[in-house]
Amino acid sequence: MCIRNILIVGLASILSLAFGNLWASETTDQREQTHRYGIGRAATDQEIRAWNIDVAATGEGLPPGQGTIKEGAALFAARCAACHGATGQEGPMDRLVGGAGTLASQKPIKTIGSYWPYATTLYDYIHRAMPFPAPQSLSPNEVYSIVAWLLYRNGIIAEALVLDAQSLPAISMPNRQGFVPDPRPDVPKP
Amino acid sequence: MLAEGSDAAAMTRSLPLASILDEAMLCYAQNGEPLRPEQGYPLRLVIPGWEGNTCIKWLRRLKLGRAPYMTREETSQYTDLMPDGTARQFTMIMDAKSVITSPSGGQRVQPGFLEVRGLAWSGRGRITGVEVSMDGGRSWQQAALQDPVLPKCHTRFHLPWRWSGENVILQSRCLDETGYRQPDRTTLVAVRGMNSVYHYNAIQSWQIATDGQVSNVHP
Repeated sequence: MCIRNILIVGLASILSLAFGNLWASETTDQREQTHRYGIGRAATDQEIRAWNIDVAATGEGLPPGQGTIKEGAALFAARCAACHGATGQEGPMDRLVGGAGTLASQKPIKTIGSYWPYATTLYDYIHRAMPFPAPQSLSPNEVYSIVAWLLYRNGIIAEALVLDAQSLPAISMPNRQGFVPDPRPDVPKP
Repeated sequence: MLAEGSDAAAMTRSLPLASILDEAMLCYAQNGEPLRPEQGYPLRLVIPGWEGNTCIKWLRRLKLGRAPYMTREETSQYTDLMPDGTARQFTMIMDAKSVITSPSGGQRVQPGFLEVRGLAWSGRGRITGVEVSMDGGRSWQQAALQDPVLPKCHTRFHLPWRWSGENVILQSRCLDETGYRQPDRTTLVAVRGMNSVYHYNAIQSWQIATDGQVSNVHP
């Protein structure tokens, strides 16, 4: 069995590096002196910054900048519609708009509007992974604008709302309360 | 803890730190060679028994945080929609499942001796038994397990059989060391409905038609 042959390095030792970065009062030089494992080197603060793109559900990690629905409409047409359709519903890739009220039906339509519990996920994912041929190429203003347009098309925000690091995490998504933790065992024993 | 890949989309999953510290591995080699690119070279997070999606390939970063980050892969994806419209989230462990790999869909078999072979696995521990039915679940025979039988690993099973050429339905069901028995499809669908796909582990059925053609069926 292949699992026996997998060589491993201790997760705990890597985590101590992560803690070192998280509580970043020490400098890169100090970290290099503290942690010696004989492989690699400590990441520089600049390298960590370049990768530190995650946006938490609280909004922590959202960059400065702002976006409007008007700009989002133009950006979506230019950068997104080829895969998601002119109104975000036609495909061929994931449908982004519509589906409200369908989750308990036989043919549920899972979209940003009907299914996604947090608006912050939109910023994180669109910046991280979209557009498909050029992920992480959009500026903060462009990402905020596309997120604004998608939320507007789903009937979640008003046309005049300007999205930024304060207004985005405050948005209440329709399916915010729709998720439950793992309830297993759930199927009766045979 | 947020685990992040260095794929173009920098895929991320939030993982509860307490439950992975004991078993999670950072893997850089497999079977005596560096990980292959498609397996996550140079480094992959492996959490035995958990969703494959949590085992982040091309791992570039582990970041500690106070709460799940609610990434796309743990909200929009890898959540199971129930008949009442709610969705289950963070269903990390894969329950026991088995499948017959020979004979299997697309194959055409001849009457006579056939060794029924397959794989079973459980995210909760060792496989302790696999039973095989040749009559759509009315009767079951114990299959032999092939060593090594290790916790949370694929376990091979086999059973000698003679097919006389009639229309039959082959099934396998497994049992793990926690006492969990793989459910049948009807029982599972009655609870989880038809739109819960990520953790589907019901008994699977191959029909062998009189011409020897093997196909997937839901009897």
